[in-house]
Amino acid sequence: MRNRSLFLLSALGFGYAFLYLPIALLVVWSFNGARIVNVWGGFSTKWYAELAHNEAFLNAAWLSLKIAATSASASLVLGTLAAVVLVRYGKFRGRLLFNGLIAAPLVMPEIILGLAMLLLFVALEQLTGWPDGRGFATIAITHTTVGMAYATVVVRSRLSQMDESLEEAALDLGARPLKVFFLITLPVIAPSLASAWLLAFTLSLDDVVATQFVSGPGATTLPIEVFSSVRLGVSPQINALGTIIVTVVAVIIFTAWRLTNAKKANR
Amino acid sequence: MKKPVERGTWGRRAVLGVPFVWLLVFFLIPLLIVAKISISEIRVGVPPYEPLLEFADGAFVGIRATFNNFVLLFEDDLYVSAYFQSLTIAGLSTLMCLLIGYPMALAIARAPESRRGPLLLLVILPFWTSFLIRVYAWMGILKDEGLLNGFLMWTGIISEPLVILNTSVAVYIGIVYSYLPFMVLPLYATLEKQDPSLLEAAADLGARPFRAFLSVTLPLSLPGIVAGSLLVFVPAVGEYVIPDLLGGGDTQMLGKALWDMFALNRDWPSAAALAVAMLAALAVPIALFQRWQSALEPKEGR
Repeated sequence: MRNRSLFLLSALGFGYAFLYLPIALLVVWSFNGARIVNVWGGFSTKWYAELAHNEAFLNAAWLSLKIAATSASASLVLGTLAAVVLVRYGKFRGRLLFNGLIAAPLVMPEIILGLAMLLLFVALEQLTGWPDGRGFATIAITHTTVGMAYATVVVRSRLSQMDESLEEAALDLGARPLKVFFLITLPVIAPSLASAWLLAFTLSLDDVVATQFVSGPGATTLPIEVFSSVRLGVSPQINALGTIIVTVVAVIIFTAWRLTNAKKANR
Repeated sequence: MKKPVERGTWGRRAVLGVPFVWLLVFFLIPLLIVAKISISEIRVGVPPYEPLLEFADGAFVGIRATFNNFVLLFEDDLYVSAYFQSLTIAGLSTLMCLLIGYPMALAIARAPESRRGPLLLLVILPFWTSFLIRVYAWMGILKDEGLLNGFLMWTGIISEPLVILNTSVAVYIGIVYSYLPFMVLPLYATLEKQDPSLLEAAADLGARPFRAFLSVTLPLSLPGIVAGSLLVFVPAVGEYVIPDLLGGGDTQMLGKALWDMFALNRDWPSAAALAVAMLAALAVPIALFQRWQSALEPKEGR
C-alpha cells in the first residue's frame, strides 16, 4: 500500500510540475531584461511598460472584453433556458435533436465551427444584407453558440440537484410560474449562474480559431493579435501579458473558491 | 412534477423555442451549409464574396452537385497523410493524457477530503488562463536555444542542441499539456464516487493492491476513461493552434490544412469538403459522447 501511494504522490507531483512549469517560466521571463529566454539580463519591468503603450494590444483587449461580456450574458440566458428545458420538460417531440444540438458544440472542433459560421454569415449577407462585413456581432454570435453549450452543462447540473418541492409549494400558494422562477428558482441556482457566466466569458476571451474565421479587418480581438505576433517569434511583451492574465485569473478563481467554501462552512 | 412550466403553454414554448431556434440558426444550419458547399463547383468559392453570390443565384436555377472536391482530397497525398497523421497524433496524445492523468485523478480522489478541492482547483486553473499564451510558453522552452536545450547542455547530457520545436514531438507535448485537465476532471468524477469498501472487500479476500486496482477500480472508472478520452481526442483531431506554433513542415494536421486551404488557397469548397471528411472521422466518437451525455438524463427525468 505504501509503495503505491508513493507512486501516486510522485505522479501527482509530476503532473503539477508539467502543468505549472511553463506558466512559472513565463512569469520569470516577463521580468527578464534580456530579450533571449535563457540569458538573464537582470530584473526589469520594461516589457510591462512597452505593453502599456502598445495601442494595438490595448484596443484588441478592450474589444475582447466587450465581446466576452456580451456573449457571456447571451450564453447565460440561452443556457439557462436550455437547462430548464432539459431538466424540467420531461419528454417532448424534438428532445433528442435538442439534446444533440446543445451537446455538440462542446465537442465540435473549433475549426469546423468557425468555417461553418463564416459560411452562414456570408450566405446571410447575400440574402439579407446583414451582417455587413464581419466584426463585433459575428464574433459575439459565434462565441455565444459555444458559450451557451457550456453554460447549459453548468446550470443543468445545479438545476437537476435542486429540490423541486420549494417551487411546488410556491405554485400551490398561487404564485405564477414566472414569479416562481424569479423568486425561488433563480436565487437557488445563482452560484451556478455566476460560474456559467464566468466560464462563457473566459472561453470567449481566449478563443482564437473560430474567431479567426468570423473577425474582419476592423475587429481584432486580443487572442488574434497575440497569435499573429507570436507566429513571428518569441516576444517578451507576450510574457508580460501572460503574467497579467495568470495573476488576474488566479485571484478571481481563488476568491470564488474561498467564497463558495465559506458558504458551505456556514451551512 | 414539472408544474412550473406546464401551466402556461405560451411561456413554455418560448423557453424551449428561444434556445432551440438559436441552435438551429447558429449551429445546425451553418453545418448544413458546409455540407452543401462541399459538393458545389470548385469555382464557386474562389475569391471570398462575389462567387457565393453566384452560388446563391445559382441555387434558384439549380446547382450541379459534384463530389470532385472529395475526390481531389483523396487523390492528394498531402491531405490523406494529414488525415491519418491527425488521427494518430490525437490518438497517441489521448493515450499519454490517460497515462499521466489517471494516476493524478486517483491520487486526488484518494487524498483527504479537505485537500481534494484545492488539488482539483490546481488542475482546473491552467484551463482558465490563456491557452494561446501557455502554448507560446512552450516555444521558449523547446526551441534550439531554448531552456530545455540550455539545461541539457549545461548538465552535459548533450553537446549539440536537440531540434524539438517544429517537429511532431513538440506537437505531442503541446497537445498533452493543453488537454490534460480535460482528462483528469471526468476521471476524478468517477473515481471519487467509488465506494472505498469495495477495495477493502478485495483486500479482505486476499487481493494485492495492484490486483484490486485492476479488477475493481479500473473497470469501475471506465465511464470516466471514455469521457476523458473523447474530450481530448475529438478537439485534438481538429487542433490548429498547436501544430501551427509548435509543429513544423513535417506535421500536417487536418485543422491546419483546412485553414491553409481556406485562407491561403481561397478554396472554400475544398475546405468545406475537408471539414466534412473530418466530421466523418469524428462521427463515431461524437456519437459516443452524446450517448454518455444522455446517460446523465435518467436522473433528471424525475
